[in-house]
Amino acid sequence: MIVNIGIELAKVLAVLIGVLNLAAILTWMERKQSAVMQDRIGANRASIFGFRMFGLFQVLADGLKMFVKEDFIPAQGHRFLHGLAPFVAAFFALIGFAAIPFGDTIHLFGREIPLQIIDLNVGILYIFAAMSLGIYGVVLAGWASNNNYAFLGGMRGSSQMFSYEVTIGATILGVLMIFESMSLQQIVRAQGQLLWGIVPKWGVIVQPLGCILFLVAGIAETKRVPFDLPEGESEIIGFFVEYSSMKFGLFMLTDFVETVLIAALVTTLFFGGWQVPYLMADGWHLPGGTLLAWPQWLVAITQVIAYAIKVFFFCWFMLLVRWTLPRFRYDQLMRLGWQMIFPLSILNLLATAVVILLLN
Amino acid sequence: MEIAVFLFLSGIAIVAAANILVQRHPIYSALSLIVTFVALAGIYIQMHAEFIAVMQIVVYTGAIMVLFIFVIMLLNAGAEQKVPDKVHVVKYFGLPLASLLIFEAGLTASRTFDGEGIPVESASINLSGNTEMIGRALYTQYALPFEVTSVLLLVAIVGAIVMAKKEL
Repeated sequence: MIVNIGIELAKVLAVLIGVLNLAAILTWMERKQSAVMQDRIGANRASIFGFRMFGLFQVLADGLKMFVKEDFIPAQGHRFLHGLAPFVAAFFALIGFAAIPFGDTIHLFGREIPLQIIDLNVGILYIFAAMSLGIYGVVLAGWASNNNYAFLGGMRGSSQMFSYEVTIGATILGVLMIFESMSLQQIVRAQGQLLWGIVPKWGVIVQPLGCILFLVAGIAETKRVPFDLPEGESEIIGFFVEYSSMKFGLFMLTDFVETVLIAALVTTLFFGGWQVPYLMADGWHLPGGTLLAWPQWLVAITQVIAYAIKVFFFCWFMLLVRWTLPRFRYDQLMRLGWQMIFPLSILNLLATAVVILLLN
Repeated sequence: MEIAVFLFLSGIAIVAAANILVQRHPIYSALSLIVTFVALAGIYIQMHAEFIAVMQIVVYTGAIMVLFIFVIMLLNAGAEQKVPDKVHVVKYFGLPLASLLIFEAGLTASRTFDGEGIPVESASINLSGNTEMIGRALYTQYALPFEVTSVLLLVAIVGAIVMAKKEL
C-alpha cells in the first residue's frame, strides 16, 4: 500500500519536475536559439562563482528576479480574479500531462509499473478538456486587469484558441479512427505495429495531413509567433500587460509548458510516443528476422529516453518555427483557421473514414 | 472513501450553485457556474461515466461558458444594484415552493437508496469507458433522433448567420 502510494507520488513528481524544468530550460533555449539564428551571442553573462555554463544560469537569475519584483495590481481591477488568472492558466496547462504515457510498463523488483500517471480510457479527450479550460486564464487576465489593451488581448486569445481547438479536435478524430482507442497508451501501443513488415505504423505515416494540421493548430494554441496576436508585443502587449513579478512569470511559464504539452501530444499521437522502431518488449526485432534480446528494464528505459528525445526535438522545432516565420495579421489568422485549416481537417477526416471503410 | 469523495464534490457543486445566486457581479456568477459544472463532471467520473464527464467539461465549460463570459464582458455588465422587491408574489410563494421542491427531491433520493436503482453491468461499463457503447447506440438504435438533432443544429447555425449578416 505504502509502496504503491510512493510509486504514484514518484511518477507525479517526476513528470511535474521534468515538465517544469524543461519549460524553464526552454526559456533559455529560446533566447540562445534566436540569438544564433540572428547572428548574436545571446544570454551568456549569468554566472555562479565564475561558472557560466553557456548562460544556463540565466534561468535561475530570471526566476529570482521575478520573485523579488513588486507584485502590482491595478487599482480599478478585480483583485481576486487578477490573482486567480495566472494560476488557472498554469494549472490547466500542467494537468494535461497526467494522461500522457512516457513509457511502456516496466518490470522492476517483481512489480509492474506503468510509466504513465493515469491511463484514462478517455485520455485524449481529457487533455482536450484541459486545453479548453486553459482559455479561462487568458480571458480572466484580460478582463480583470481593467485595461483596454489587456482586454483586447484576452478577447483575441480566447477567440484564437477557440477557433484552433476545433481543428485540433477534428485532426485527433482521424487518429482515433485509425488506432481505435481514446486511451493514449493504447494509441502508442498500436503505433508499435509495422506496415508491410518494414515501416513503423506511426501516426505521421498513416495521417500525414492530420499531423501537419495538428502541428499548426497546436502552435496556434500555444499563442506564440507566428500566432502571437493575443500577446502582440509590438502593439498591445496583450492580456498580461498589467501583470508583474511571478504572476507574469507564470504566464510566461505557461506558454512554455504548453509548448512542451503540444510537443508531447505530437509525439504521442503522430510519432509513436515511446516506441522505438523494431524495439519490442523482448529486444530488437530487425526486419531481416534477426532478434537481439535485451532485458525488459533496459528496453523500457530506452523507450523513455527515446520519448524524451522526441519531445525535445519538437520543442526545438517549435522554437525554430517561432524565429523563422513572420507574424500573421489578425484577420489572416482567423481566415487561416476557419477557411483553410479547418476544411482541410474535415476533408482529412472524411478521406480517412472512406479509406478505413474500403480496407475493411 | 467513495462517499467522502462524493460528499466533497457534491458539497462544492451545491456551494458554487448557491454562489451563482448570491454573487452580485455576472462574471462571478458565471465562474461559479463553471465550478458547479466541473464538480458535476467529477461526480460523473465516480459513476464510471468518463465520456459524459469529459464531454460535460469540453462542451459546457470549454465552449458554452466561454461564450457566456464573452457576452458578459462585451456588454461590459457591472455589478447589479440591489433593488427592493416590488413583486410580493415572489416573496410569499417562493419559500413554500422551494420547500416543496426540496421535499420532492428528498423523496426521490430516499427511494433510490432503497435499492430500486437500475442494476448496472459493471463489466461492460469498464470495457471501454463506454465511449464505444455510446457511439454504437447513437449510430444504430438512435440514428434517426441523432440525425434530426443534427439538422436542427444546422438550421440554428444557418439562422444565426442569416441574422448576423444582413446581406449575403
